Amino acid sequence: MTLPAEHIFDVKTIKADFPILAQHHQTGNLLTYLDSAASSQMPEVVIEALNDYHRRYHANVHRGIHQLSELATDAYESARKKVKGFINAKSKREIVFTKGTTEGINLVVNTWGRANLKVGDVILVSQMEHHANIVPYQMLAQEKGFTIRFIPITPHGEIDMPAYQRLLSDHSVKLVAITHCSNVLGTINPIADMTRLAHEAGAIIVVDGAQSVPHMPVDIQALDVDFFAFSGHKMCAPTGVGVLYGKQAHLEAMPPFLGGGSMISEVTFDGFTCGELPAKFEAGTPNIAQAIGLGYAIDYLSNISLDAIHAHIQNITHYALDCLRELPNITVYGDSTSRGGVISFTLANVHAHDLSQALDFEGIAVRSGHHCAQPLHRLLGVGATTRASFYVYTTHEDVDRLISALHKTTVFFKR
Amino acid sequence: MDAMYRENILDHGMNPRHKGVVNPATLDFEMRNPLCGDRLRLTLRVNAEQVITHIGWDGEGCAVSQAAASMLGERILGLSIDEVKHIGKEDVFDMLGIPFTANRVKCALLGLKALHVGLYGLEFWQSEDEE
Repeated sequence: MTLPAEHIFDVKTIKADFPILAQHHQTGNLLTYLDSAASSQMPEVVIEALNDYHRRYHANVHRGIHQLSELATDAYESARKKVKGFINAKSKREIVFTKGTTEGINLVVNTWGRANLKVGDVILVSQMEHHANIVPYQMLAQEKGFTIRFIPITPHGEIDMPAYQRLLSDHSVKLVAITHCSNVLGTINPIADMTRLAHEAGAIIVVDGAQSVPHMPVDIQALDVDFFAFSGHKMCAPTGVGVLYGKQAHLEAMPPFLGGGSMISEVTFDGFTCGELPAKFEAGTPNIAQAIGLGYAIDYLSNISLDAIHAHIQNITHYALDCLRELPNITVYGDSTSRGGVISFTLANVHAHDLSQALDFEGIAVRSGHHCAQPLHRLLGVGATTRASFYVYTTHEDVDRLISALHKTTVFFKR
Repeated sequence: MDAMYRENILDHGMNPRHKGVVNPATLDFEMRNPLCGDRLRLTLRVNAEQVITHIGWDGEGCAVSQAAASMLGERILGLSIDEVKHIGKEDVFDMLGIPFTANRVKCALLGLKALHVGLYGLEFWQSEDEE
């Protein structure tokens, strides 16, 4: 896993596929983009696919009997097929297009959750969750009166598995909400084990895959999860498209989410019947161009291979961690041995926002703040952190520029 | 135009065979295509040997869906319930003998879907675009 990057694939060739990364920052420095965990960039092939749709076959899907609509429908459904293959789902019917991870989780909470959770029930949510995997449950809990308990994390930033098992031994646990890869700590959680334990306890598991699917091979059948949500814009696709995977039996039993066109079988003045999967959960005109773009992004990533991408990101992350640890006054949050390509850190006596500002003056884009994980930051005892995140196009030089800018910033704020 | 609305399609579409309702029926099942509003009611009578002896269908739809139902009716009359299981979507496309685009596949397969879902349940049905 710590092979030099050039043994995996030529990162510079990959980087050349991304037009946005070829530009210079207003400082005159080459842009160093280290915010891919918030939103990754798009390669030329994806941008071209969006352009092609808009110029050549922009039309609604599943409706018109005309050439443009046929082309659009083919491309949209072909994107679904690519997603199915990418995560190894059993059927295309289990692949619901959403606008992103947040919508996917809200869909589950408002359908499965609304139908199954009641007073006396318990759901488990980990302490390292993004707000998108906490707040929808809190909203429904206010209405339904079930209890939310939090799965603690260890000082290393990993799930406390014995504590998780103790929490599950309470026979009222109905659902476990967990991230596959923490967007703050970088920890990759043992989802297959956690799923097995949840199922043994009679609970379902809902996984936030926003940070994992773009970075590593994910085999949804091997994980055996009940629901799994992720976003296109963190995996070389545009914003506005995401995927909710759900086991077919759950999706069939659940009430619908949004009502409207596409999701029905029949509508009368007296009522309606639901359409088949996955249309049942895709009311209204979907984000067609974006879904097609996601299909092209999947082709792009698959051509490189997710194993190679994962190895590259591991390599870059460990290199960056080694460099950061040599810097005085830097605190890194989370030191799990199983981690993805995000590093959150603070620089002593410099607020995260000032640090990002200083880095931006050097042409380096990072994120600062609580990264939509306020409860976790409170637990870590820090208001805000700075986060550098890496992707397929991140080079060792990008990391070197970050480190050198951190040196400069340290000196500057010591004046 | 001629490639899609070939003579056999126009013939069956305009003069559908077995249109009507069998009474009493062993199977009486209605299926809809929510995309275009097509509706197809399929009725069958099966004898003690599980062979289809009577078939009647009724509904509303485009020439393609009507022709497909008409041809399917001719094809399955005299077959056993078990034999019907092996008629697939490719057989329907072959009978119609025309190229299909994604949005028209559902028209062509409405009759077959009513037959299979009606006889064996939704789990048996492989959706139009499943690999």
